[in-house]
Amino acid sequence: MAAERLTGYRRSDGGVGIRNHVVVLPVDDLSNAAAERVASVVPGVLALPHAYGRLQFGPDLELTFSTLIGTGCNPNVAAAVVIGIEPAWTARIVDAIAATGKPAVGLSIERHGDLQTIAEAARHAARMLQDATALEREEVRIEEIMISIKCGESDTTTGLGSCPTTSVVVDRHVNRGGTVLFGETSELTGGEHLIAERCIDDEVRKRFMSMYDNYIAMIEATGANLLGSQPTEGNIRGGLSTIEEKALGNIAKTGTVPVVDAIEPAARPTKAGLNFMDSSCAAAETITLMAAGGAVLHVFPTGQGNVIGNPIEPVIKVTSNPVTASTMSEHIDLDVSGILTGELGLQQAGDQLEALIAQTIRGRLTCAEVLGHREFVLTKLYQSA
Amino acid sequence: MGDETRSDALDVLVHNEGDDVGVAIHDLEPGEVLAGWLDSERRERIPVKEAVLLGHKVALRDLAEGADVIEYSVRVAHTRCAIERGAYVHTHNVRSARWQQSA
Repeated sequence: MAAERLTGYRRSDGGVGIRNHVVVLPVDDLSNAAAERVASVVPGVLALPHAYGRLQFGPDLELTFSTLIGTGCNPNVAAAVVIGIEPAWTARIVDAIAATGKPAVGLSIERHGDLQTIAEAARHAARMLQDATALEREEVRIEEIMISIKCGESDTTTGLGSCPTTSVVVDRHVNRGGTVLFGETSELTGGEHLIAERCIDDEVRKRFMSMYDNYIAMIEATGANLLGSQPTEGNIRGGLSTIEEKALGNIAKTGTVPVVDAIEPAARPTKAGLNFMDSSCAAAETITLMAAGGAVLHVFPTGQGNVIGNPIEPVIKVTSNPVTASTMSEHIDLDVSGILTGELGLQQAGDQLEALIAQTIRGRLTCAEVLGHREFVLTKLYQSA
Repeated sequence: MGDETRSDALDVLVHNEGDDVGVAIHDLEPGEVLAGWLDSERRERIPVKEAVLLGHKVALRDLAEGADVIEYSVRVAHTRCAIERGAYVHTHNVRSARWQQSA
């Protein structure tokens, strides 16, 4: 694949994108209506409605800010219109996105109302869309593409086929100098020692274990029986019996390279290589956080058939479950079920995934993009005030 | 795991030598099936005692009540009861060894 010509969008902060979205980003739930109206007045821009942003405080508020800011800063985004109910929080997000050098503008609804806000925002969005579509793709190198990985509706076939296939690509990408994000903190249970052993030094290991221990302490403090939630009913239907078994399949996609850092949710990695991001295991939450961290292409192994997409980060779905490949073919970008029957070798499956990644970088739409899957979900740490 | 493809028709795949369970790669009816190990050339006939769906697990050896269940060379569960070689292994007879509240 290294010899193939790849093209993408070079942003002024050095990031490389593979899509060129103009987003309309609401700061809060109250501004969703205006944001969605802007996207209907200016078809071609992308509204990103979400459920939160009011009366949050402390780390929960900061995570909402870093997720919204990170989303606007993602190299797949060319420009952003930010709409909030009041000006102060709106300005904080606009300023942070504008610091990357990309066009960003903010509007607040108080003292203007929805209609005036929509009219002004639509004028900005229209101009930004024309400017964005004037940008040309340039030649990029594969290692400049930040990849994220997370699996979903896993079953035992993911641990046998689709995760090992992803693993081949993770090792190759990192060995070329690329960056890969993985996360799913609670879904390392039973194999967390395997990740700890791969941490590059004691400092990273200590940070990783602290993130892991805190997440598990939060879960255990509820006293809840997690069977049916983690593993999910779908996991169980697919043959997974325990969190440990699910975790080992999950870890099978992370390759063999060292873990160079353990970073906060939605944070941008500062070291090339395989980075752990502390996160939920819910697909939409995780991918939203990884996209906010700057990942521009997601590889998603699935067993029973998770249909997840993301508005700004293309999601490539890989399955090695032959039933899922045949019954949900419109969602599956790559069928590697031949690994189970022995008809397909692992390196060969890795080659197929790399070829698909190259096509996706050059602009071919993934199944999730074609089907309009745009799950954008903020991670909420606790109740609002 | 190398890049070789297999030509013989296996029914059950086992991740590693020493694992207690293997995964059915198609729906199995009771009877003898062929298990193959991914990290070795080992092939073994297993007398499957009950129907096991694609992706579900079969015991490769007798397991005592409360014993560790090994898969991927790592403990993935405890048994809830004694499990015979060839039996179907899932949430009815194994449970998490880590999350004690997850019963």
